[in-house]
Formats: sequence, structure tokens, C-alpha cells
Amino acid sequence: MDLTLKVWRQDGPGKPGEFKEYEAKGISPDSSFLEMLDVVNERLVEAGEVPIEFDHDCREGICGTCGVMINGHPHGDQKGTATCQLHMRRFSDGDRIVIEPWRATGMPVMRDLIVDRSPLDRIVEAGGYISVNTGGAPDANLIPVPKPAAESSMDAAACIGCAACIAACPNSAGQLFTSAKLAHLNLLPQGQPERYERTIAMVEKMEEFFGSCTNHGECEEACPKSISIDNIALMNRDYIVAKFKDRRKAGQT
Amino acid sequence: MTTTGRRQDTKPARKLPWILEFYRSDVAKKWIMAVSGVILLGYIAAHMLGNMKVFFGPEEINEYGESLRDLGGHLVPRTHLLWIMRIGLTAAFAVHIHAAYSLTRTNLQARGRIRYDVPREYLAANYASRTMRWSGVIVILFVLFHLADLTWGTANPDFVRGEVYDNMVASFERLPVAIIYIAANLALGLHILHGVWSLFQSVGANNELYNKWRRYLAWGFTAVIVLGNLSFPIAVQVGIIS
Ligand code: HEM
Ligand code: SF4
Ligand code: FES
Repeated sequence: MDLTLKVWRQDGPGKPGEFKEYEAKGISPDSSFLEMLDVVNERLVEAGEVPIEFDHDCREGICGTCGVMINGHPHGDQKGTATCQLHMRRFSDGDRIVIEPWRATGMPVMRDLIVDRSPLDRIVEAGGYISVNTGGAPDANLIPVPKPAAESSMDAAACIGCAACIAACPNSAGQLFTSAKLAHLNLLPQGQPERYERTIAMVEKMEEFFGSCTNHGECEEACPKSISIDNIALMNRDYIVAKFKDRRKAGQT
Repeated sequence: MTTTGRRQDTKPARKLPWILEFYRSDVAKKWIMAVSGVILLGYIAAHMLGNMKVFFGPEEINEYGESLRDLGGHLVPRTHLLWIMRIGLTAAFAVHIHAAYSLTRTNLQARGRIRYDVPREYLAANYASRTMRWSGVIVILFVLFHLADLTWGTANPDFVRGEVYDNMVASFERLPVAIIYIAANLALGLHILHGVWSLFQSVGANNELYNKWRRYLAWGFTAVIVLGNLSFPIAVQVGIIS
């Protein structure tokens, strides 16, 4: 298939950027979106031009590095799919595809389609862990976990940290990502001792970088892992409880 | 670590009193918006229901106005309870508006100046949720006009203090006023259509059991409020009340 690409090109952080058009001829409909970009880049290199830089790693929808805005849709318009898992058969011959980097003050463009997603790491560093003593692995099922809670925790843990939720949000809010990272620990017994400290630390770190939630729900639509905004409600409640709770008198929850 | 992307937040050097410290957080501001929103929702519901008395004639609605001033009967000095309610309402408006202003600034800043080239095709966000700021501004401007019109009387040449029924008729007989009133109530409708659903999310009341009902509740509540409120100017305009 023959396509026209309109791609954001930018030399470095803080540099002015602009859109450039590229012809992408003879693309296989079976190639993935990133493979299509690979082909375009090989041709650019052969022509002595600078290839389009984009982030990618696993190419199987688990690392979260590859997100770009495709025709105004984060990761393209296929629901629950990361850019690397999007295939060119989703498009039609002759299509014009606009490819843009995520846009948010909190994650500035580093180069072309690559943005600085390190604020997401800062948020996880603030509390997205459980402090335990290392040692022998405990027996499985030593700590009972209610099945429905285990399920929602697992669903939240599916977040790959791609930042599509932030890119999709009219407020550039980091709520969906942060709440997913919180929920997957806060719903499990092992997460209880640090639950409220964690929630305060991660929410407040998030607020250093990103906007606030108006409950539009765009993030859930954009998320390649279909993380639910129910997690945001849980985060809001945990944050408010954490702020009011007398933790000297708190048990494990 | 890059600091370029940070929102330009200035942390206060000293620790603030806890309530202000709490209010610094956006999540807390949304909680406060939700709580003040509930107070305002309760108020608009009571206000609409009370005004229904206008359909039962001048005595009924004038008595209603009088009962408001006389709330608490012999237990409290006259109008004191009404004043406590007025102060509470003003406070709810004040924090709601301050939080709206502050979050709007935060969000515009977090979003930055460079927008996407392709206009976003919103999948979940709806007209109501994206116009909260504007519907909110219309509501507060209307509230001020409404007070000037029917409480203080400064915007109503035929205003007579205490004559609730006559004042209402005198006001809504003017077509432009009826139109302003209708438009403002439609804006209020948009605001609460998203607000009633959204506030559950902000306070963390999210439960599979009733999540579906939050939308129905928002629609139902909005429909009752808007239709109720619209009935007054329309009734005056078509002459049911005169
Ligand atoms: C009778 C008057 C009002 C009622 C009943 C009302 C109710 C609500 C409710 C229930 C919410 C949802 C809160 C949440 O999501 O947690 C809300 C949000 C909001 N209100 Fe109001 N409100 C009123 C007046 C105003 C006014 C006067 C303004 C501003 C001038 C305003 C601006 C906003 C904004 C901007 C939001 C969205 C905030 C966000 O999610 O980022 N509202 N309102
Ligand atoms: S919540 Fe979804 S969209 Fe957001 S970072 Fe995680 S996987 Fe990406
Ligand atoms: S490259 Fe790893 S998720 Fe797409």
C-alpha cells in the first residue's frame, strides 16, 4: 500500500520543530506500524537523510515505550492496542497519516517522536513498591488474597507506563497511570502497611508534573491495556482517607 | 533528572496549616469541588421545589418566602437561620469557584502551548464535561443577575420587597429576562449533567453495584431541575401565572 506520512521532526529538547511529509510506497499491510516506520527510515538513510526517531523496545505491547499520536488517536484508533501492535491493514491504500509525539508540559519532546517519560519513573519511585525483607521465598498462598481483589489488582498491574492516558487527556493529567500503579499494590494484603504513605507520595509527585482530573474518561479509551477509571476513584478515596487518617491508630488498612 | 517538564509550582517555604496543606493538592481540590457541588445541588433542588408553590397562587409562594425568613420558628431569632444558610451557600460557591479557577490554570499549564495538529476526536469526554468552565461562569453570572433581580430588586423596576409572586411575574413578563433565565438554566443543566456523575468519581464512591446508575441519576436529576426551573418563566410568558 502507498501512504503519505506527515511526521513531527524536532532536533532536540526545546528546539523548534516542524511537520515534514514523506511518501511511504509499497508498504505491506501485514507490517506493524513500527515496521512501516523502519522501512521509511531505511529509505531515509539510503537517501542520506536523518531517520525519524521513535521510541520502541519490546514490539509486543509490554514495554510501553512506543506510543505516538496517530491521526489524533493515541496509539492509533484501534482500541486496546499499543503502536507496535497496530498493523498497517488498519489503514487503507492512499491514506495520509499524521504522526505526532505525545504533548504535555510534563513530558517534553526529546527528539522527533520521542518524549521524556521519566516523570512516570519519578512517580513510581515515590512509592510504587513494597518494602520487604529479602530472604527465602514465602510459600504460595501463605497470604490469602480475595479472588476479586486479586483480579482487579492484576488488571491494574497491566499498565505498561506508555503515557497514552496523559497524551489523551485534555488536562494532561497523570491520574490513570498513577492510579493503576497505586491500585495494583493498594488492593493486595502486602500493600497495606504502606498504603497511605504510598498514595500521598505518588499523588503529590504526580501533581508536580501533570494536570488534574475532570473525569472526562478519555484516558480509559486511549489506554492500550484498557485500564479502568475505577482505579482513579480508588486513588481519590485513598488519598482523602490518607490525609485525614490518624495513622497511629490505623491497623493494616 | 529533567526539571524542564515540571509544572511551575512554587512550594511554600513553611509548612501550611493542615487544611491549607490539604487544599494544595489537586485531588483534594476536586474532593472539595465535589462536596461544595453537593451542597449547591441540594440548594438548587430545594430552591426549585420551593418555587413550585408559585403554581398554587400568591398566598402560597409569599408564605413560602415568609417561612424562609422565619425558619426555626420560636427557637431562633428571625432570619438568623436563613442567614446561616446564605453564608454557607456563599462559602460553597466561593470554594467551588476558587478550586475551578485554580484547577483550570493548572490544567492549561500542564497541557502546554503546543497542541496536536490533528484536532482530537473525543471518545469519552462529552460536550458537558468539556464545557464545565463555561457553564460554570454562565451560572455564576446568572446567579448574580438573579439576586439583583429577585432578591435585592436592583434589576427589577417593579420590585416590592416580600411580594414574591408579583416580583416573579413582573420579572418574567419581560421577554429578555425570560430568555436569559432559560439559557442560564440550560447551562446549569449541562453543568450538573456532568457534575452529578463526576462527583462520585472525585470522592471515590465507585462501585460496580451502582456505577451504571450514576449516569441515570445525573440525567434524572438534571431533567427534574431544568424542567422545573424552566416551567416558571414559561408559565409567566404564556400567561398561566399572571
Ligand atoms: C449551582 C451551582 C453549581 C453547582 C450545583 C455545581 C456543581 C458541580 C459539581 C457537582 C461538579 C462536579 C465536581 C466533581 O467532579 O467532583 C462541578 C464541577 C465543576 N464546576 Fe460547578 N457547580 C456550580 C457552580 C459553578 C460555578 C459558579 C463555577 C465556576 C465559575 C463552576 C465551575 C466548575 C468547574 C470548572 C467544574 C469542573 C472541575 C473539574 O473537574 O476540573 N461551578 N460543579
Ligand atoms: S494507564 Fe494505560 S495509557 Fe496510561 S500509562 Fe498505563 S498502559 Fe499507558
Ligand atoms: S514497543 Fe514495547 S509496547 Fe510497543
